[in-house]
Amino acid sequence: MTMLGDRQQLSYIASQAADARLNLELETEGMTLNIGPQHPATHGTLRIIARLDGEQVVWAEPACGYMHRGYEKLTEVRTYPQVTTLVNRIDWLGSFANEVPFILAAEKLMGVEAPTRAQYIRTILFELSRIANVSLFLGDLGVQLGAITPVFLAFRDREYVLNLIESATGGRFHPNFDRIGGLKDDLPAGWIDETRAVMKKLRGFCDQIEDLLFGNEIFQSRTRGIGVIPRDVALQYGLSGANLRASGVDWDLRRDHQLPMAWNKADWKVWTHPDGDSFARCWIRLQETRESTKIVDQLLGSIPAGPVMAKVPKIIKVPEGEAWVSTENPLGEMGYYVVSRGDLGPFRVKIRSASFNNISITPWLLRGVYVPDIVTILASLYFILGDIDR
Amino acid sequence: MSTTSNTQPRITSVAEVKAALGDRLVDSFHKEDLWLRVRTDAWKSSMQTLRDAVGFHYFCFLSAIDWMPSPYGRGEDDPTEPAPERDTTIRQGYAGGETRMQVFARVTNPVTHVSVVVKVDVPDDSLTIESIHDVYAGANWHERETHEMFGIKFDGHPDLRNMYLPIDFEGFPLRKDFPLLARMVKPWPGIVDVEPLPGGEIGEGEES
Repeated sequence: MTMLGDRQQLSYIASQAADARLNLELETEGMTLNIGPQHPATHGTLRIIARLDGEQVVWAEPACGYMHRGYEKLTEVRTYPQVTTLVNRIDWLGSFANEVPFILAAEKLMGVEAPTRAQYIRTILFELSRIANVSLFLGDLGVQLGAITPVFLAFRDREYVLNLIESATGGRFHPNFDRIGGLKDDLPAGWIDETRAVMKKLRGFCDQIEDLLFGNEIFQSRTRGIGVIPRDVALQYGLSGANLRASGVDWDLRRDHQLPMAWNKADWKVWTHPDGDSFARCWIRLQETRESTKIVDQLLGSIPAGPVMAKVPKIIKVPEGEAWVSTENPLGEMGYYVVSRGDLGPFRVKIRSASFNNISITPWLLRGVYVPDIVTILASLYFILGDIDR
Repeated sequence: MSTTSNTQPRITSVAEVKAALGDRLVDSFHKEDLWLRVRTDAWKSSMQTLRDAVGFHYFCFLSAIDWMPSPYGRGEDDPTEPAPERDTTIRQGYAGGETRMQVFARVTNPVTHVSVVVKVDVPDDSLTIESIHDVYAGANWHERETHEMFGIKFDGHPDLRNMYLPIDFEGFPLRKDFPLLARMVKPWPGIVDVEPLPGGEIGEGEES
């Protein structure tokens, strides 16, 4: 802890010094560094413009918009069932999780609730997409910090999860499996046993990553005390998911929101960390992957029998009204504000994606840090480009 | 679990929120969730009160709605025919409203997990409201996005540069009277799927 205190103080002094130099109107040594939009050190096509003084960042801002696809406009000309195809592509590593809040919002407006069996399967698939998403993060994290091995393990073990998702839904990345009133199909035969075996493998993967990465001295010294976000700042910027819990806020929408899903049928823990630094954010995600495998294991044993689809009309018209539903997606709080006019398609959909808020803190967070730490901080904030730009 | 099971704590908070806002509150609507509409000139002070007095510290999102129904419908018109007449009467949603554009934001109390949606009318002539970026730091980017997509100006915002569109882009894409050009140049085939099946007759239905 003393180490953390020192580092916090150092980063504070550095930011003060950077400010002071900025006030001298950047007379000589200033340099603008452009990272991206295609650069191995950034995910996807995020571009960061950083003004440097020596090795220190004086001012930095991500330039978004290289992947803006205008989903909010497109939803206005589509029918409700057609929207799931679009929203699948927002966070492409955990696609199924994107469909769920939209479908729940439409169901809320219609007053329909999916049958219990569908709720269980939805929750299981939701957690599987979280595991697929976050396991890639855990591997990628190593690459960002110079460790190559974890990424091979991550890609190997994520493949097991993707195979499960594919055998249940037909799509590895874009399942498009959720329907208003339930699910497209039931689970295939033998899927439950297979999933149990995979969950065991994934827990082994978590242990391996913990040994390889989190116990590594270099990893620790590069993440501890780097990019500290205090609780109040995290809340003000609307950070969510692991980023918020790493700043000590005990809030998980899976536990704290009443949704027609099956999370409250399983026994699991919400992890928080008091430090708010890069290490805390990574550590929380590792623990969450473990918890997810636990949730899946418990729910697999108790899936009730019954239909997977409620009675809904063939042509879906959603009654007039406004609804907001958000869920705890792999990246954080993902929600849809749906305004309906009793039509075949929505009147307006506001897509609240987690990464947009999570990355909006970077101009504040990157001030005063050293250049190599930019990569650490961006990696630990964890964003998906499609989730920023929508 | 039913969504109505936690109505009770929300009702107690309704009274609390209303009392805190006083006469700045114009209208409210309560149905599982809570919608509020505040006076335009009291937008920032209302958000300040909600944050400090009621404890809504978590900023979820801010965006806008254009309440005028689109004159282009759902983009399914035949471009060779004259455009049909459409009813573009403005009708606002929950908690009412008087203007075409409304800005709305959602904030949450991270301790009790109660949330509210706060709406505010944006005057039709000036299309300007106060910026709340110094109340909720996260509103900075959301206001930039809203400015770019709806053309609503935020008084006191430090930097309303475009986030997504080129600097010289004209028009405001999320306004309802901004046409979706992809649908204008090639008519949408509609609900019937006219894609020819693999191995089927080539070109069938493509000319429609």
